[in-house]
Amino acid sequence: MALIRITSPHAHRAGSTGSVMLTVLIATLPGLAAMTFFFGWGTLIQVMWGTLLALGLEAAIVKLRKRPVSFYLTDYSAVVTAVLLGLALPPFAPWWVMTVGIIVAIAIAKQLYGGMGNNPFNPAMVAYALLLVSFPVQMTSWAAPFVMTGEGWSVLSMGDTLSAIFGTAGAAVDAHTMATPLDVMRHRGGFTTEEMWVENALLANGIGAWHAVSAAYFMGGVFLLYKKIFTWHTPVAMLVSLTVFSTLFFLLMPDQYPDPFFHLTTGATMLGAFFIATDPVTSATSNKGKLWFGAGIGLLVFVIRSWGNYPDAVAFAVLLMNLCAPFIDQYTQPRSYGHAKPNRGMK
Amino acid sequence: MSAVLIAVLVLLGLGLVFGILLGYSSIRFKVEGNPLVDQVDSLLPQTQCGQCGHPGCRPYAEAIVNNEEAINKCPPGGQSTIEALADLLDVEATPLDSEHGEEQIKKVAYIREDECIGCTKCIQACPVDAILGAAKQMHTVIVSECTGCDLCVEPCPVDCIDMLPIEPTLNSWQWPVPKSGVELIATDRHPGIAQEADA
Amino acid sequence: MKNTVRVHGFHGGIHPPENKKQSTGAPISLAPVPTRIVLPLQQHIGLPADPVVNVGDRVLKGQKVAEAVGRISANIHSSISGTVVAIESHPVPHMSGMEAGCLIIESDGKDEWIEHQGLEDYTRLPKPALIEYIRQAGVAGMGGAGFPTDVKLHLGDDHIVNTLIINAAECEPYITADDMLMRERADEILGGIEIIAHLLQPLHIMVGIEDNKPQAIRALHAALDNSPLNLDIVITPTKYPSGGEKQLIKLLTDVEVPSGKIPADVGIVCQNVGTTTAIYRAVAYGEPLISRVVTVTGQAAGHKQNYEVRIGTRFCDLLDHADVRREQMHRLIVGGPMMGITVINEQIPVIKTTNCLIAGSIEEMPPQPPAQACIRCGMCEQVCPVELLPQQLHWFAKGKEFEKARHHNLFDCIECGACSYVCPSNIPLVQYYRFAKAEIRKEDAEQRKADHARIRFEARLERLERDKIEKEERRKQRAIEAAAAQAAKKDAALKTSAAPTAASAADAATADLKQLKSNAAIARTKLKKAEKALANAQDKGLDGIEPLQATLQQLQVKADQAEQAYAEAQNTPVQSQTAPETDLKQLKNNAAIARTKLKKAEKLLAAAEASGDGDISSLRAQVTELQEKAVNAEKAYKDADSGAVTAAAAVDTSELEADIAAMQAKVDKAEGAWKAAVESGSPAADKMAAGVEKLKEKLTTLQDELANVQSLPATTITTTVTTATINTAELEADISAMQAKVNKAENAWKAAVESDSPAADKMAAGVDKLKDKLQTLQDELAQASGGPVTKPVTETDTPPVTDLKTLKQQVSIMRTKLKKAEKLLAELPEGEEDPALVADIEALMLRHDAAKATLDAAEAEKAAAAAAQGIDLKQLKIDAAMARAAVTKAERALSKAEDGNIQSLEEELLAAQAQADKLNSTLERFSE
Repeated sequence: MALIRITSPHAHRAGSTGSVMLTVLIATLPGLAAMTFFFGWGTLIQVMWGTLLALGLEAAIVKLRKRPVSFYLTDYSAVVTAVLLGLALPPFAPWWVMTVGIIVAIAIAKQLYGGMGNNPFNPAMVAYALLLVSFPVQMTSWAAPFVMTGEGWSVLSMGDTLSAIFGTAGAAVDAHTMATPLDVMRHRGGFTTEEMWVENALLANGIGAWHAVSAAYFMGGVFLLYKKIFTWHTPVAMLVSLTVFSTLFFLLMPDQYPDPFFHLTTGATMLGAFFIATDPVTSATSNKGKLWFGAGIGLLVFVIRSWGNYPDAVAFAVLLMNLCAPFIDQYTQPRSYGHAKPNRGMK
Repeated sequence: MSAVLIAVLVLLGLGLVFGILLGYSSIRFKVEGNPLVDQVDSLLPQTQCGQCGHPGCRPYAEAIVNNEEAINKCPPGGQSTIEALADLLDVEATPLDSEHGEEQIKKVAYIREDECIGCTKCIQACPVDAILGAAKQMHTVIVSECTGCDLCVEPCPVDCIDMLPIEPTLNSWQWPVPKSGVELIATDRHPGIAQEADA
Repeated sequence: MKNTVRVHGFHGGIHPPENKKQSTGAPISLAPVPTRIVLPLQQHIGLPADPVVNVGDRVLKGQKVAEAVGRISANIHSSISGTVVAIESHPVPHMSGMEAGCLIIESDGKDEWIEHQGLEDYTRLPKPALIEYIRQAGVAGMGGAGFPTDVKLHLGDDHIVNTLIINAAECEPYITADDMLMRERADEILGGIEIIAHLLQPLHIMVGIEDNKPQAIRALHAALDNSPLNLDIVITPTKYPSGGEKQLIKLLTDVEVPSGKIPADVGIVCQNVGTTTAIYRAVAYGEPLISRVVTVTGQAAGHKQNYEVRIGTRFCDLLDHADVRREQMHRLIVGGPMMGITVINEQIPVIKTTNCLIAGSIEEMPPQPPAQACIRCGMCEQVCPVELLPQQLHWFAKGKEFEKARHHNLFDCIECGACSYVCPSNIPLVQYYRFAKAEIRKEDAEQRKADHARIRFEARLERLERDKIEKEERRKQRAIEAAAAQAAKKDAALKTSAAPTAASAADAATADLKQLKSNAAIARTKLKKAEKALANAQDKGLDGIEPLQATLQQLQVKADQAEQAYAEAQNTPVQSQTAPETDLKQLKNNAAIARTKLKKAEKLLAAAEASGDGDISSLRAQVTELQEKAVNAEKAYKDADSGAVTAAAAVDTSELEADIAAMQAKVDKAEGAWKAAVESGSPAADKMAAGVEKLKEKLTTLQDELANVQSLPATTITTTVTTATINTAELEADISAMQAKVNKAENAWKAAVESDSPAADKMAAGVDKLKDKLQTLQDELAQASGGPVTKPVTETDTPPVTDLKTLKQQVSIMRTKLKKAEKLLAELPEGEEDPALVADIEALMLRHDAAKATLDAAEAEKAAAAAAQGIDLKQLKIDAAMARAAVTKAERALSKAEDGNIQSLEEELLAAQAQADKLNSTLERFSE
């Protein structure tokens, strides 16, 4: 057999980028299951529809760029993007919302920057932010959790969901939509938080659904930590910073600011902490940098939720911190062996 | 009326403050001479070969600084020099101007010593005094001093000077840049690579 | 077995599959003695060793075959007995797969040891001597880098060594050479440690060993019980790369070796366990390093175990012995799977640093899939033992942003491969780093070279400038001296200040010239600009081309005018001066051409006569005609020459004088030739004698002519001087011309004296006469100026003419004169075309040839002398080149020896440089 000459090392750990992405996909399953359980088939359909679109679009663009299609599709990064976007969109968002989102995420936010690894912003969050700004009505009408009807499996049926997403069935859907807790909190007018809960008894009744979904994401995140897909730094920093700031303001003005538990377990906090902020491509590099990065997201989430115009803030916070990531990288280089001080800045 | 007056005064005051600040800093941080020429000169390969059309590296550096000359006219420096210059001067790095020659592998002059007639012409041509010899004596090139500018080749009346590429040794051998895989992006300059990777 | 020392930790690290069990099943076995060994001259860091045997020499096992060069180098010994069959380039274990100088020794099968004996009690030997003893044994680090051990043992001299660390971690997968060595030869290891401890006197000795080698740990403990040594065996958790020197130091002492420093700078010295046994064997038995333990493993190997292999054994022999299935072997790795190199040539030999050979199958080490994009997952960063940012470095290397890579501490990378190992995108990170490092080193070297070149270039420019200025200065000095003398005299004579007017006029003229020049330049520039504008306009098809063209034309006219004015202004004075000269030149040329034609015709005639055919009479007529023409031309020239300026007579005289001198020489030569002819009984002797006579006659004629000519200008000058007393300047010019004449005459005279010419006396008389004349002139001047005359410098002791070039010039002048004389000779008997004359010409030709031969001989002699001198020069050159080479080598060694004793290297380099400088300066002196 002909000998080959090749650079060391000659041993490699099994695994590839594709397997990393697959692990991430597996970790989203609990969240997906919880979403389906509490909010109906919508999320599952959104995820599948998005995946289909993302794969097709990715393949088309890769082909256009004259690159091997299967090589790029098997890194599953397009699927991850689609799944995350699917989880973030309202379950009954019309099909074209997802379509626009995928086009933005895959074509603009990812491939135009040079494909996987070269995008400065998290594609799913770019798409989400754009959709939120462009289609506020569709993006803020969330599905009502099934617990609210109080009769077990009374979420919208599969067929109704399909027609809601792909057709124009308005009435059936309207009965099953409502504002998210964050939305309600945002637009509570002059009410205190206590009064808000009283006012929205229905929501107070169903808030458990959001808590459960958050718990499911948390489980997925822990699984990824266990699999060493990412380090603890970003999610912990983000959650801690969010907790710290919300606690601070809650203690100061308990009737104006919701409690930290509310912040941690509603909206996209958990999804963002474990699946979006940890996107390695767009986050800071070093461990120290990841702490700053996560803390920054936590702070921004709290700031935007409390005083911003939009009910949820994870997408904006992540995008803003994506912007800061290169800067953070420059000032958080680790101290290398044999050096008294870490390097700072760029030469 | 007084509002207008205040505005004018404020603006005047601001102008005064900033003027003083600027005036002070122009004295305090005064830069002697034109260090840019030195900086540009230090990036040039100092072969003094004249392929850029200037009689040496420094004149070329001066021409660059005076915006009389493009930065892509130095074949011995090649693309890396162009990039360094572009970086320094904050201009676009352009490909090497082929009018002034192609970037070549590093070479040094060798004198075929049995053919040398000792005319000293090459010695006079050498910009760095890297050729050793005397009239009617065999000449030889001090290889470590030779910059490979090939200015000595032309004057030799018996064509006994060869420009030989520097042979890699075990010590000078280096790992090549890893072959780019399929991850090249659309901006890559060699469209053939992707197809190669496909095949 | 508990640790007595606390084990610290280092960042990162990986746990690759160990694959060590395969090769620890069997004890170390002796590999067979190879029939042929290949010993690379460089098996260590530093300079390659220098062979001390020749092809064909018989060598014994353990005999030194190559000697260390410089401080960082190691001896090389033959590992078998046999004959040196070649010293040539041969593939060596190197990433490049390139060849390098090797000694190739063919075995005689006897495996005969050279006489060797260990030291009975090494403690009685002074330490430097003991280290030298180890150095003689050629011991170099056996862990991988191959740093000469003696250099490390010298570290005690200029460092305080607190801690000695014996590296037994052996963290790379597959390799078990050190493990097996410890299991089987623990006492030798401890013996070696004792010697090192004796030399370095550390306060603390630690053996760092990974916990995956329990048997080795037990063996060491057992051996330690019987040893006086007080050391700690520190068991570290298995983690790659804990065997890296800096990582092990961190593990055992929690001290970090500062970047760019060596462990000794923080009081620590590391040695590999393999090296300790080599030291022990060298000291205890006097055995040089000729064999080592090599692990042969990998799926393709039949017997996976450790072998004691003679250094220089080719891989093919070892692989055959280990029963490696070649059809299964896909990758042959020298070293471990993490940092080892692949080789494709089985002829490559085992060297001092070869600790493992892995014959990997394709299943075991599948080819790497194509690299995917980096997703910045950061796994590389988590495992980097140096806490770098591998992915950032990768981006920088890929983007060729080397400055940034350096800023991110690229050069602290130990190339352990942990980052590549974990990379999910299969990016060959280590290769990127190696590439970037090499590029940076290359750029640095180029920058150094460019700086150096700049310095040399500037020095050269300075030198040229200096030369120019000096020349200018000398010229000016002369002009000033002349002017000063002139002015002084003028002042004295006229007491008027007419001179400055002239000077200022001249100034004004130059100023005008300058003004004109700049005018012309400005006009040119304007013209160019206008042209450019026009071209631009034409390119773009803009309007208003016509007015532009008109402007251009106008400018063109202006520029032409300006330039013309300038040229005229420039030329006028020159032309007025050069006009007569050109005429003279023209005439001279005419004369020369006529002469050449004549010569050619003469030659033709002679040839025709000799062959006896052809139209001889017509040829003769032609010759006569040409002779007439030549004489006319020459006369015209001479007339013009003498008529143009009165002082030009001096030229004539000097020419005559030169003629005389040349003639004299010719006569001498002819006489010599004639005598030689007589001695050899040549039939031409008679003719030659006649020729000599004729020449002598000619000489006399010439001398007479000279006397005439000399008397003529002298009278002219006298009259001029007496009549025109006011014009002292003219007188002065005359004097200086006379002075020149005197000098020339003196020179000619001296030459004549040197050549023992009989004409010397006459010449001396002539010179005296000339001097007299000069004196008269000067007196006259003194009278005219009415004051004391400062005697012009009459430096007559010009150095004797030894220059070959001058000699040659003289020869050529002589030749021309001879030809002239020939022609004159032919003219003498008017109309008579007797054969005697033709014979005379022939004889003269012969004479001329003889003279030329003599000259050639003289020249050859000179050339030979020059060549003899040249040999010295060559030798010097070679010496200088070698010294320079030594400098470069030292520099290279310095740059390479990162973890070595840099200071000592630098000293060495300085010494080499001094040597080189000395030789260079000698060489320069000689070549000047």
